Amino acid sequence: MARRVAVCAVAQTGFVSNMWQKRFQQMCFETVESIVKQTGVDWNEETGIRNIVTCSDDVFDARTISDNGITDAVGAHFRGEEKTAQDGINAIAYAMACIMSGHDDVVLVVGHTKESQTESRNMCSNLAFDPFYCRDLGLDFEKGAALQARAYALKSGISETQLAKAVVNARRNAAKNPLANARELVTIEQVVNSPMLCDPIRTLHAYPVSDGAVAMLLAAEDKYKEYTDKPVWLTGWSNCMDSYFFGDRDLASNFSLKKASAAACKMAGVSDAKGAFDVVEINDAYAYQLAMWAEGLGLCDENKGGEWIESGILETGKINPSGGMLAGNPIMIGGLARAAEAVVQLRGEAGERQVAGAKRAVAQGTTGPAGQHQAVMILEN
Amino acid sequence: MTEENKHCYIKEGKLALPYQYFAGRIGSKFLVSLRDKKKILGVKCEKCGKVFIPPRKTCERCFEDISEKWVELSNEGEVTNFTVVRTDDKHHPRKAPYVLAMIKLGGADTPIAHILDGVDPDSVKIGMKVKAVFADKAVNTMLQIDRFEPVK
Ligand SMILES: [Zn+2]
Repeated sequence: MARRVAVCAVAQTGFVSNMWQKRFQQMCFETVESIVKQTGVDWNEETGIRNIVTCSDDVFDARTISDNGITDAVGAHFRGEEKTAQDGINAIAYAMACIMSGHDDVVLVVGHTKESQTESRNMCSNLAFDPFYCRDLGLDFEKGAALQARAYALKSGISETQLAKAVVNARRNAAKNPLANARELVTIEQVVNSPMLCDPIRTLHAYPVSDGAVAMLLAAEDKYKEYTDKPVWLTGWSNCMDSYFFGDRDLASNFSLKKASAAACKMAGVSDAKGAFDVVEINDAYAYQLAMWAEGLGLCDENKGGEWIESGILETGKINPSGGMLAGNPIMIGGLARAAEAVVQLRGEAGERQVAGAKRAVAQGTTGPAGQHQAVMILEN
Repeated sequence: MTEENKHCYIKEGKLALPYQYFAGRIGSKFLVSLRDKKKILGVKCEKCGKVFIPPRKTCERCFEDISEKWVELSNEGEVTNFTVVRTDDKHHPRKAPYVLAMIKLGGADTPIAHILDGVDPDSVKIGMKVKAVFADKAVNTMLQIDRFEPVK
């Protein structure tokens, strides 16, 4: 039996649209300092952190081997350091595997992105497309999301009002989260009347440009007591990659998320995702994704994501209590921030937005256009 | 602006790097056919019957080698999905608003993404019949098809 893995602490910079006065190294360093302060962890090569898993993007940082620019800030000198170039939730899974396998006892995870450094985040994600068949068309993650939003709306019949309610909920929850970026309340009318950005995605359906960093300390079950008396256990995890070309995919099918969710639930011993989670953190960069990915996670029936939004579940405060991605986390660490909120909730430290008695949470992260790669993590206290 | 960052500055930069991409043997054949014959080719998996465009060597489901199973597709097809790009950006091939559509060509099973011109963006419909308009000069990418336009 593999060793259980505990999250001992999380730290987040807080998210804003332009953290111009901090280098991304500083953003990372502040989260690492917070982890040290919370846990007393050190870098002793026998007993402390001897491996760090980072998450960053070369194009957003405008330097290749982007981890190279932060090794000092995250304490990765003279020891193991590995980088994931997918959403940071995968960095947690990598660190988790390091511990489960017995390779490491204590692993630090640090992810960052500073979207504001680029003139256009869409120009960055345009580079995710191949140079012969897609890139010259101007495809990027926003256009990919727009095509998926239309496919999903046609399949499920989700209404403009239901989409707007996703945004209203995000802002209502974010208003109680001092770390969130977009915290101003909006009304359904404001959302449905906001201008089209990339049809059928409206301006208020899209997450704001965001900067920030997140760190997490993981330890084996026989080590965590040195760092915390409130461990949060990583009990389920999986991921799945869909095809590359949009035309090869059924964009509204949730193919990769369904597979990732089923495997994560199996690992955690969850037989039915419906009603299984006290806290749900969905990586909804665009409004339709709250509904579509709730379906993919198995939280509601197929094509019922819109009705689920109106079922009263959002008013419980259990769905994206952080405000979700719609309230503004940078790309690459959306899923990492989802997992961070799950940990805060399971530790009972979420203040005004605390879900009472939360025992089990699910966090989702995604990488690539239109949810091509999906990752699901289940956490319990 | 606080006292502590009063004398700080931001450097303007640019990522730009001349680069060469190899189109591959199969991609080259597809692109040369577009350029020299104005013919759109797909590849067919004989095991599952699926016709793929853009072409590739292997069927992702059957693992069949389909690299020599070329089929000629129609220059016409129908819109299966679309978005209207409402903002300008440097990587866009057109000024906003422009239409990016998924288009399923006659004979193909996988729609391709492309630019749809010659139509008011607000009157694009799924199911709309469209045809390829080829570029006059060598482009050697998917923009060898310059654009799609509605079939009159
Ligand atoms: Zn096949």
